[in-house]
Amino acid sequence: MDILTAEFFQRALIGGALIAVTAPLMGLFLVLRRLAMIGDTLAHVSIAGVALGFLINVYPVAVGLVFAILASFAIEVLRRTYRTYAELSIAIIMSGGIALASLLFTMGKGFNLNVSSYLFGSIYTLDSTDLAVIAGVTVIVLTMVLINKKELFLLTFDEDAAAVSGLPVKYFNIMLSILTALVISASIKIVGALLVSALLTIPAACSLTLSRSFKQAVILVVVIGEAAVLAGLWMAGIWNLAPGGTIVLLLIGILAVSILGTQIRRA
Amino acid sequence: MSMNAGLLQSQQQPGCHQEIIRLDNISFSVDSQTILSDVSFTIKERDFVGLIGSNGAGKTTLLRMIVGLIRPQQGAISLFGIPSGQFKDWNHIGYVPQRNHFNPLFPATVREVVLSGLYGRKKLFKRLSKEDVSRCEDALGALKIQDLGDKRIGALSGGQQQRVFLARALINNPKLLILDEPLSGIDIETQQSFFHLIKHMHQRHNITFLMVSHDMDMVRSYLGQEPKEKCGKLSFYVRHSHDLEDCDGTDLLHSLRKEG
Repeated sequence: MDILTAEFFQRALIGGALIAVTAPLMGLFLVLRRLAMIGDTLAHVSIAGVALGFLINVYPVAVGLVFAILASFAIEVLRRTYRTYAELSIAIIMSGGIALASLLFTMGKGFNLNVSSYLFGSIYTLDSTDLAVIAGVTVIVLTMVLINKKELFLLTFDEDAAAVSGLPVKYFNIMLSILTALVISASIKIVGALLVSALLTIPAACSLTLSRSFKQAVILVVVIGEAAVLAGLWMAGIWNLAPGGTIVLLLIGILAVSILGTQIRRA
Repeated sequence: MSMNAGLLQSQQQPGCHQEIIRLDNISFSVDSQTILSDVSFTIKERDFVGLIGSNGAGKTTLLRMIVGLIRPQQGAISLFGIPSGQFKDWNHIGYVPQRNHFNPLFPATVREVVLSGLYGRKKLFKRLSKEDVSRCEDALGALKIQDLGDKRIGALSGGQQQRVFLARALINNPKLLILDEPLSGIDIETQQSFFHLIKHMHQRHNITFLMVSHDMDMVRSYLGQEPKEKCGKLSFYVRHSHDLEDCDGTDLLHSLRKEG
């Protein structure tokens, strides 16, 4: 049980608890706008940025963030070009990101690039800079979402109605893209690029089966995210498991239970 | 009606029977296929305009243009006498889009959807007030769906959903109500009661209506047999209601509820 009091573990808990608020929250908006796979895409592009960061010796998460923001704009442009094929833009940018990442990683072979820590996450190696970045991202995301929660609801429920009521829809779409990019690049080090999308989408998937109102859905995603991340880290610490994988499997477990629960309730 | 005559009339009766929508030579095409060509029409205060046309006649395109979702490639639109590019008072316009345009599994209650009608430019960065919440209850009451307030929107029947979207459009006390095929996809009985509700609002309240429909019978029964104007494949049926108590803007929701 020593691990639970170790400093690196406490850092992991703090970082995890913060990300478990923002990632499921942004994920809910993405899922409701049928952009569930955007998380995966931005994460892979972000990895390319991380690789570049190592190559040019700049804080990798920051370069990853810039890449993720650029990619989210590119997706938005493609989404408008292929209106009804939102998933097409996501597939294109995702493969572009992986291609670029593989290129940059092979270029950096001479450097000591720890690829797997970014692919699968390395929550135990969070340093104080990482924690500060995660805390900053959490504050920004929560502030923006809380200030604009009415408008974000309308935008997500009915984008046309939002435009007709005179809301600056373009500005809100850009804001959502940037917030998503922020959350994803901050969560890569925690759950890893391969698993980010689980933290974005599975809490939303659970919450959609359980909630009747939007308010409920928002509260539930955060509760489910927190439960999975904190319990997952704790279990991983005690039984010496991979933390990212444990969190994601726990999330899938919660999803299975909530689907089962609603079916029993209906029957 | 020619431009000069319209201008003259609005000058003679300031505040009443003003031009609500004016379309001047609107054209729109997609990939060299013409959807709208040279459409001109004027809708005056308290008109009930039924816009009829076959599939692909450009009805929905025209509506989306009027509410600012798309821009005309040629021609100009003005709303309440202001060019639509500079128009700011979008809260005066209630828009009921086509049914089934939303995700039926969306987690939102009827009350949340109706309240969202208030979320415009004027409400940016502001919290909902007690008055807003009571307006929502009024809107639910006016459409007789107060019992459904906490239900999930996707769990309602088509006719009930249509009432929810009408309540969302009415919560702002709009001066212009735009309805895109409000009668499609719901059963005849519900259609009739819904249309009755709209007619009632037109006869008693200071609202101008623009309704797209392909249900000729129901439109003709209220708006007359012959269209006032034809423009390509589009027909405009018009009925004006002028024998009203007054032309001042009363609070629609309150009076609707009293009458109900």
